Amino acid sequence: MTLDVIAIYAVALCLIIGSFFALVGVIGLLKFNDSMTRLHAPTKVGTVGIGALLLASMIHSFTFGEGSFHELLIMAFLFVTAPISAHFIAKVNIHKGACDPLPKPPQDDTWSTLKSPEHQPGPDSPTKSST
Amino acid sequence: MKRAFYWLVPHPFVTLILIVVWTLLQNEVSPGMVVFGLILGIIIPWSTSVWWPDTPRGFRLGRMAMYSIMVVWDIMVANVQVAWIVLTRPNSSLRPAWVVVPLDLKQPEAITVLAGTITLTPGTVSADLSDEGHSLLVHALDCPDPDAVRDDIKERYERRLKEIFV
Repeated sequence: MTLDVIAIYAVALCLIIGSFFALVGVIGLLKFNDSMTRLHAPTKVGTVGIGALLLASMIHSFTFGEGSFHELLIMAFLFVTAPISAHFIAKVNIHKGACDPLPKPPQDDTWSTLKSPEHQPGPDSPTKSST
Repeated sequence: MKRAFYWLVPHPFVTLILIVVWTLLQNEVSPGMVVFGLILGIIIPWSTSVWWPDTPRGFRLGRMAMYSIMVVWDIMVANVQVAWIVLTRPNSSLRPAWVVVPLDLKQPEAITVLAGTITLTPGTVSADLSDEGHSLLVHALDCPDPDAVRDDIKERYERRLKEIFV
């Protein structure tokens, strides 16, 4: 009985934390005015927001029914794929020039997103350091 | 014997992960499903091994577990920080900046893990890699001092990853 009560409070707490962080992610997405800073809010706040919601689901399923490990898989795949989608959105921003000018890489010629067959370093460009 | 093993299982960790994922998907541990997971874990890496010519041989699982725990802790701290920035700081006082992180890591797998870690932690998103892979372009949300962020990334994450991927 008491275990059930504790579990209910834990589920409620996790739901509140998760929805708070999801809300903050949405506010950040709406509030920031630059596409690169806008990228920050959902990529990070989303992971903990959804993580807490999934934790609530796991506590509930283990207390009141058959335990389920699917949430662990969702969390693992989310943590693996979230950086990749953020990376691609950042690449799109770089391509569109919707960001501050990029600094030059210290050792190489250019950033890989901007590298294209037309962009060949001329003979007068500084020789790159070979490793 | 060893060559036969690596011919059959070119990526032992991928095989292991596939078995675990398949068992978790079934939501119950039964011998039949583990065996089926093993079959999948052999067929999938074997049929895609053309696209993964190199395997990182030196990989310390224990240190990787420690690293994961540290990253999860950092993610939670970073979330509170980013949430605080989102809720309290006006846009005009934010100082977004590009940070260039020179890389000492060579293995593509290690660089991928580092880039993923950077994206998941404190106010930073890894945006691009230089064309020959010697430096990483990171975007920081609120960054008065880019050099401090760079040193922090190198000291906190890259040094540990160099110990994991030897």
